[in-house]
Amino acid sequence: MYLLNRQQRHVVNYSWMLFSLLIIAFLPFMLFGGLYFKSFLLLKSYTLKDLIFSHSWHPSRGEFGFYPFIVGSVWVTLLAIIISTPICLLTAINVTQYAKKRFLRIMHPVIDILAGIPSVVYGVWGILVIVPFISHYLGPWFGIQTMGYSILAGALVLSVMIIPFILNIMIEIFRTIPTELKEATLSLGATKWQMVKHVLLRKALPGIIASVGFGLARAFGETMAVLMVVGNVIKVPHSVFDPGYTLPALIANNYGEVLSIPQYDSALMFAALLLLVVSLFFNLLMHFFIARYNKY
Amino acid sequence: METAIKIKNLNVFAGKTQILHDINVEIPKNKITVILGPSGCGKTTLLKCMNRLTDLYPELKVSGEILINEKNIFEPGADISKLRQSMGLLSQRPYPLPMTIYNNIAYALKLRGIRGRRKQSILVMDYLRQANLYEEVRKRLREPASRLSIGQQQRLCLARGLAVNPDIILADEPTSALDPISSRFIDEKFQEIKPHFTIVVVTHVLRQARRIADNVIFMYMGEVVEQGPAKDFFENPQEEKTKSYLEGMFN
Repeated sequence: MYLLNRQQRHVVNYSWMLFSLLIIAFLPFMLFGGLYFKSFLLLKSYTLKDLIFSHSWHPSRGEFGFYPFIVGSVWVTLLAIIISTPICLLTAINVTQYAKKRFLRIMHPVIDILAGIPSVVYGVWGILVIVPFISHYLGPWFGIQTMGYSILAGALVLSVMIIPFILNIMIEIFRTIPTELKEATLSLGATKWQMVKHVLLRKALPGIIASVGFGLARAFGETMAVLMVVGNVIKVPHSVFDPGYTLPALIANNYGEVLSIPQYDSALMFAALLLLVVSLFFNLLMHFFIARYNKY
Repeated sequence: METAIKIKNLNVFAGKTQILHDINVEIPKNKITVILGPSGCGKTTLLKCMNRLTDLYPELKVSGEILINEKNIFEPGADISKLRQSMGLLSQRPYPLPMTIYNNIAYALKLRGIRGRRKQSILVMDYLRQANLYEEVRKRLREPASRLSIGQQQRLCLARGLAVNPDIILADEPTSALDPISSRFIDEKFQEIKPHFTIVVVTHVLRQARRIADNVIFMYMGEVVEQGPAKDFFENPQEEKTKSYLEGMFN
């Protein structure tokens, strides 16, 4: 019947499983090692401090200051999170605690559709809607003249993009809070809002932090949609209406045309390394917070 | 015998299935009333009707009247928070609030309108003592309540339930998840505080019912089969179904 006996089949299957596991476990290290190796040329000739804090980016003159890109990325990401987190949180609470069940059944496919739209489509939407909105209305309203291609445009497009991801997790978190805990709280005489504020939010806090962390990581690495609306001007932005440049956009815009300057190539690899390190940092930070608040 | 809760023509539907059929019962004041019956007979639903936790389940349709102090709790405009506050709830498994041990009780006091740190702190200790928990948790009041054992958590929930200063205590199989010592404590506690509270206990354990009940409501398939004083019920049951249940025919 079989080529191998049961014992042998067990060994074969087990080795395959172990092999797959090892691949996944080592993948991050391989990525990290590869990027470090490729960016070594740059790291050899410049100090880390110079690379991260220097403002001037002139690859042809051998100046590689990543500061504008780092600042651009951080601004866009944080702003997007600040915009989308409250929206997601309130929506999740409403949908799971207040709205009719039917509503959630309608919401789910809508969220999934939002999550499945390719990022280039979000980019086009940003160019057609968000950018003119900022240059014609929002900018003048604040008395600022702007092209519209700006940190704010990137953040707005990005915030819409990450909403489905954060929202899905948050809804799941609020749904998994046991009904009995709600019953216990209400039976003490708490109103529904008191229950949400004092008990549900606290119970959900580790999950909320985790969902925001997930959103952060996604937002920080998002390339296409941001690249299309953020302006791509290598300058440290001074307000959200200034154009900026993000790390992923730097790589996407320049990789492939730079091979004539070896250090340039290495610099882009360093940008990728930075992205990896920052997302790792976010990850660890979230785990720290989750552990910190998970005791209840 | 004074009546604390009077239930008239109570019907509960979940969609098209009828869970409770025309319930008419009277629950005497300052006595322990046990709602007895096999699993899935609607005991818990009946209990949840009493403090309107049924509102949390939009699929449940409730009709009929429940009179507490001559007032129908289903009347539009009834103050539900206040109603629930007049009834402490002890559920099957303890659900401590996601707070410290101390705050679990302080929160109940706050909802009751008791402010001021000193006053709260005195009362928290007092309720912990009443639930026989104080000595065990004295040194860890600022720890999360979830770190307590299940038995301790249930006693904390009892303390929390007492802290809202209720007239009625609703208990839904409060000892089914507990170790024998904690269970015995809860049963004895009910006996002890009975002069001050009306206690309604849901259980499917016949022995527990025999041990604590003053008054029994026997339910089967969503209907009240028989109700009355515990002595009559156990010694001289009237209905066939009651007899077979007491003989252990079905569980």
